[in-house]
Amino acid sequence: MIELRQLKKNYGSFTAVDSIDLTVPDGELFGFLGPNGAGKTTTLRMIAGILQPTSGSIHLAGIDLAVDPLAAKAKLGFIPDRPFIYEKLTGSEFLRFVAGLYGQDGDKIEHRGRELMALFDLEEWADELVESYSHGMRQKLIISSAFIHRPEVIVVDEPMVGLDPKAARILKDLFREYVRRGHTIMMSTHTLEVAETLCDRIAIIQQGKIRAVGTIEDLREQATGGGGLEEIFLKLTGERAARETMDVLDA
Amino acid sequence: MPRSGDRGEPLPSPGLFHLLSPKFISAKARPLGKTENKSGRLIAFVVIGAVFWVFVFGLLYRLLKYFRGIPEIGALLAAKLLGLMFISLFGILILSNVVTALSSFFLAKDLDLLVAGPVDWLRLYGAKLLETTAHSSWMVMLVATPVLTAYGFTYKGGFLYPLVAIGAVIPFLLIPAAIGSAITLLLVNIFPARRTRDILSVIAVLAAAGVVLLFRLVRPERLARPEGFRSLVEFISLLRGPTSPWLPSEWAAQGIMTWLRGEPELLPFYLLVSTAAATIVFGALLHRWLYDRGFSKSQESGERWVRQGVLGKYVGRALSPWGVMRRELVLKEMRLFFRDTTQWSQLILLTVLVVVYVFNIKFLPLRGEGVTFFLANVIPFVNLILAGFVLASIAARFIFPGISLEGRTLWLLRSSPLEMRQLLWSKFWVGTIPLLALALVLVFATDVLLQVSSFMMAVSIFTITMMTFAIAGLALGFGALFPKFNTENAAQIPTSFGGLMLMMASVVLIGLVIVLEARPVYEYVGARMLKTDPDPSQMWLGFGGATLISLAATFVPIRIAVRRMRELER
Repeated sequence: MIELRQLKKNYGSFTAVDSIDLTVPDGELFGFLGPNGAGKTTTLRMIAGILQPTSGSIHLAGIDLAVDPLAAKAKLGFIPDRPFIYEKLTGSEFLRFVAGLYGQDGDKIEHRGRELMALFDLEEWADELVESYSHGMRQKLIISSAFIHRPEVIVVDEPMVGLDPKAARILKDLFREYVRRGHTIMMSTHTLEVAETLCDRIAIIQQGKIRAVGTIEDLREQATGGGGLEEIFLKLTGERAARETMDVLDA
Repeated sequence: MPRSGDRGEPLPSPGLFHLLSPKFISAKARPLGKTENKSGRLIAFVVIGAVFWVFVFGLLYRLLKYFRGIPEIGALLAAKLLGLMFISLFGILILSNVVTALSSFFLAKDLDLLVAGPVDWLRLYGAKLLETTAHSSWMVMLVATPVLTAYGFTYKGGFLYPLVAIGAVIPFLLIPAAIGSAITLLLVNIFPARRTRDILSVIAVLAAAGVVLLFRLVRPERLARPEGFRSLVEFISLLRGPTSPWLPSEWAAQGIMTWLRGEPELLPFYLLVSTAAATIVFGALLHRWLYDRGFSKSQESGERWVRQGVLGKYVGRALSPWGVMRRELVLKEMRLFFRDTTQWSQLILLTVLVVVYVFNIKFLPLRGEGVTFFLANVIPFVNLILAGFVLASIAARFIFPGISLEGRTLWLLRSSPLEMRQLLWSKFWVGTIPLLALALVLVFATDVLLQVSSFMMAVSIFTITMMTFAIAGLALGFGALFPKFNTENAAQIPTSFGGLMLMMASVVLIGLVIVLEARPVYEYVGARMLKTDPDPSQMWLGFGGATLISLAATFVPIRIAVRRMRELER
């Protein structure tokens, strides 16, 4: 479970995240949508313990991140949007290292690492240095590393960027099966189709504030007028894309 | 150089200063890096910088004043010293330009934009050459400034002297920048693309080793021992003759010294400016001919090959009692180090440095006439200072970049249940243990060669151990305070602003420890000569003070580094 209470983050005088209250229960896949610069990545990085909140609290699996950060982080797997990893480690060494950070090693971890790499078609690359991996392969390795220590909560920033269609499909299945087993996933995405088909509930964030939260049906009602998620998103975030595009091209 | 397109319309061609403008704007926006604690860093910079400058200036000023007092050969000695400084700077500059040019011409992130844009080849060369010069030369100049100032003060250079010095120094900096960039361009084109970065670093290091060895062949210590020459005439003729008449270092030294002696000569300046212009033209032609091909090669993907085995098996097993997390952290550090050629190739340079150092000690004239009991005991002390400098430069190469290299992967460490203290201490031990082993071997070997007393041996071993811990602590602390997270080239991290600060702080630390210990050692040696007992309070004060300072320099920087890493938001 993820609980955010009055979560706020200021960068100087700019408020990136403004007093967010949110609860993502066990067994739920929660989507986080919003325009660029709305505060999605800042929120997720605060949940991952990378950024310090200006005020408010974060609980992961019932543990307060500010009070006992190490215990809270032990329950978490984080997948960032940019796949930066140690270039001079091999894929399997990287997975072993990540498991080690969570105090886990041994045959079970080796087996799990191999299974995860095989799932994403990386087994042939297991003993190659990461520096020879493509962007998508690095992303797959990072996703594997987030699952290696069996976390209770997974926080994902833009999971589909750089993935081929097959890997994207595998990831969707993996996420669904993972939450079916009672775990929690919170993910941000710009791919509305992914959010629509995958997420149990969705929040739309704009200028650091949550504009709407609920199932697709709930959001449709709030947006008054129905339509697909794209229509709802544009209505709720006040985008007038078509007219502006024409204006810009004529300018 | 605007060209014409197919339709006869002039093609856009952004100017040189437009290409460099992002660098100026970035530099103006954050002169000391992006941090909340700007004032603290500024104070640290000003204090350490001022102490270092005063130290170098004071030392040189005293030495030059002494030279001035020697009739006939005093001015010659001063000129020789300046020549030696410039020749060392020239070697360092060529090397640092080779390393920097790899980043600025081939790896920099702005290159995709510039190469894809309608940027004229000559302007790209000019912009990147200026960028390379600035990056590789600023630190050298920071060190050279107090030296040149001391010359100006001692020889009363007058108010025009700064202009003369700048006039000599600017072409002196441009020549190695053009040469270094050209060498990099050739290497990137010659070697297989996948290995370019690695091979380049090995070659740069071998070249550095060559420069050090060459410097040894010049045998500068001969100048300090005129009695070694057959006659005074021979000594003076050696002093008067140029060390290397074909090198820009000699011209720069001559240009400055002739002005200071009141007999200004223009020839050295002509030589400097014309050579700088010629190397730049030559470099530009080479750039036009080879750059496109080299740039394309340098973009190809990295190395796939990897050697498995010994490390994971044996070291991993040996580290098991310390827990999974610590074991994996240490293993990771070691793997990254040994697989990154830019890192371990510097070991070659290190070996040469150590060999040259031990040889120097071996050939020191420590026996015979004029060598007193005091001198024989003071030299091991000087040995400690030099060993301290060697350790500081190694720490700057290997321990200091540790935090910066972690930059892009901090998301992983920060989101995992890893205490930053554990990360820093694992980095501390991985760096310190080999450093300590080297320090002990170095000091023990040289002390045996020097045949020091057992008291001096004990003092040396104790001091170098404390110093190693302190220098490693400082390296980690400065690494966390002045990280370079976004660098494309690991070899550049030690020569960054933080690296310079570390070297200055190490010099101050070594100086403090030695000054504190000098008194009790003098006391002890004196007492032994007079066959009395040394004053125990002096011993406690000196050695106790040195120990306290070393311990503080070990723990305080690491504490600061831990706090800084916890606060870091990346």
